[in-house]
Amino acid sequence: MMSDLTKFTLAEARDAVASKKISSLELTRAHIDAIEKARGLNAFVLETPDKALDMAKASDARIASGTAGPLEGLPLGIKDLYATEGVHMQACSHILDGFRPPYESTVTSQLWRDGAVMLGKLNMDEFAMGSSNETSYYGPVASPWLPPGWDETKGRAALKGDKKGLLVPGGSSGGSSSAVAAHLCLAATATDTGGSIRQPAAFTGTVGIKPTYGRCSRWGVAAFASSLDQAGPIARTVRDSAIMLRSMAGYDAKDSTSVNAPVPDYEKAVGASIKGKKIGIPKEYRIDGMPAEIEALWQQGIEWLRAAGAEIVDISLPHTKTALPAYYIVAPAEASSNLARYDGVRYGLRVPGKDISSMYENTRAEGFGREVRRRIMIGTYVLSAGYYDAYYVRAQKIRTLIKRDFELAYQDGIDAILTPATPSAAFGIGEKGSSDPVEMYLNDVFTVTVNMAGLPGLAVPGGLSASGLPLGLQLIGRPFEEETLFSVAEVIEQAAGRISLPQAWW
Amino acid sequence: MSVDQATVRRIAHLARIAVRDEEVPHLQEELNAILSFVEELSAVDVSGVEPMTSVIPMSLPLRKDEVSGHAGADVVTRNAPGAEDHFFTVPKVVE
Repeated sequence: MMSDLTKFTLAEARDAVASKKISSLELTRAHIDAIEKARGLNAFVLETPDKALDMAKASDARIASGTAGPLEGLPLGIKDLYATEGVHMQACSHILDGFRPPYESTVTSQLWRDGAVMLGKLNMDEFAMGSSNETSYYGPVASPWLPPGWDETKGRAALKGDKKGLLVPGGSSGGSSSAVAAHLCLAATATDTGGSIRQPAAFTGTVGIKPTYGRCSRWGVAAFASSLDQAGPIARTVRDSAIMLRSMAGYDAKDSTSVNAPVPDYEKAVGASIKGKKIGIPKEYRIDGMPAEIEALWQQGIEWLRAAGAEIVDISLPHTKTALPAYYIVAPAEASSNLARYDGVRYGLRVPGKDISSMYENTRAEGFGREVRRRIMIGTYVLSAGYYDAYYVRAQKIRTLIKRDFELAYQDGIDAILTPATPSAAFGIGEKGSSDPVEMYLNDVFTVTVNMAGLPGLAVPGGLSASGLPLGLQLIGRPFEEETLFSVAEVIEQAAGRISLPQAWW
Repeated sequence: MSVDQATVRRIAHLARIAVRDEEVPHLQEELNAILSFVEELSAVDVSGVEPMTSVIPMSLPLRKDEVSGHAGADVVTRNAPGAEDHFFTVPKVVE
């Protein structure tokens, strides 16, 4: 019976705990048990069961005394990019070995303020650089979805080995998406710099929202590319993601790009009518070589929204094609600057050298994985003397053009834009990017524009591929109009039917 | 544009990342793959376009210039791989 408690949505669990049908302690224990049994997936890099049980008992006491918060007693997973006071935080990198932050990130502190329970830290691509969770120092994460044609025995054998052939959960928030899809936590925190919330959500049949830049505080979240990074949730339903975002969002004086605007009760937008809403369909997202089933999914999404009374409008975002290459200048440039702090002096790993310079060089060579080293070097190059204008300044100008495309569409009255979330369903561990890094980068072709323009973007399951794997649709909104995305996404979720997540085989 | 092996070594040094000789050709290949991927941007007409500085229109807030949230030296040096008496220790830098 205990394990059934993990099948609740966040909203159902909230209501059951608030009405004392179940205790937070029972709910938390059920999730701790589920995590223990799912270690093969490698979704968690640190389990904190003692802390979780203490927090759950405190939640039950607050419920008894009538002082419960909006997330009271609900067990969550936290991406390892978030600082958690006194608890392991390494951005899944070797270079932060042993780091225990003496402070708590603003976003997680708001979750605890609202009563949530921490189950542990979730795996991710190293410093959030990756689209498959294969760059983690702690090894790859497996998706709970079995590859087409695999049975449970074959899946379990692969989990015990090198995981090759099992499906990736997407990245960089692959621990978050895998854990949520496998019912190891009710919801999880994630982050998105180029698609790292939406692509993993699409690959695992979960819902993820990257809010508008400035909506959530970045304080205490290890920086990758500061002008693109945003925090957001991954959850199993649109409603659950709305509940999570309300607690995560809000102004924070400690983040100078945080926006001082009231946080709406996003849950109220779930179920609101979308009659008369103008939904833009950008022709530039119909890319060469896009699988027919992605095109069909997109058409299906259009039909669902039309049936719900939305007006479908063809639009053009002419600079779409430039977004991914421009991103691979801007993001590495900012990363090379942000990651300069990892020098073996103040925290983490130190590898000795003959002098201080070689100590820096040895520490960074050993502490950073291949993908991170590669991006730091590209960033260093595009910022170096003689190349700064040709690469970095040009990319920032192109960013202005990308944003202008969206602004013109919104000026014409478009309320939200519908696109596919990813160009394909999930692929296998070890399948992509080993010889050409660009092959992996193409995963973010539909999501990266949204970060470049600072807009909110949401991925919601739209159905299954011919081989039975989840496919996601993406909704892009006006700045700070996340509510519209929740309303439209709920229509898609209702029409598509909630995706049936895999039963435990692991 | 593409990089030669000397440039790869120079970038690695600027980034303070040690590279072994045998890694250089492979790194050169990877960096050039990325540079050729971004090459198409040179064809975009950006004349008269301002580079983006802030994705959400807002002015940078200023705070009072005063000590705030001071954690104390114990806390600041706690995670250091080498620390003595509230100082970070590093290899000798002055002869």
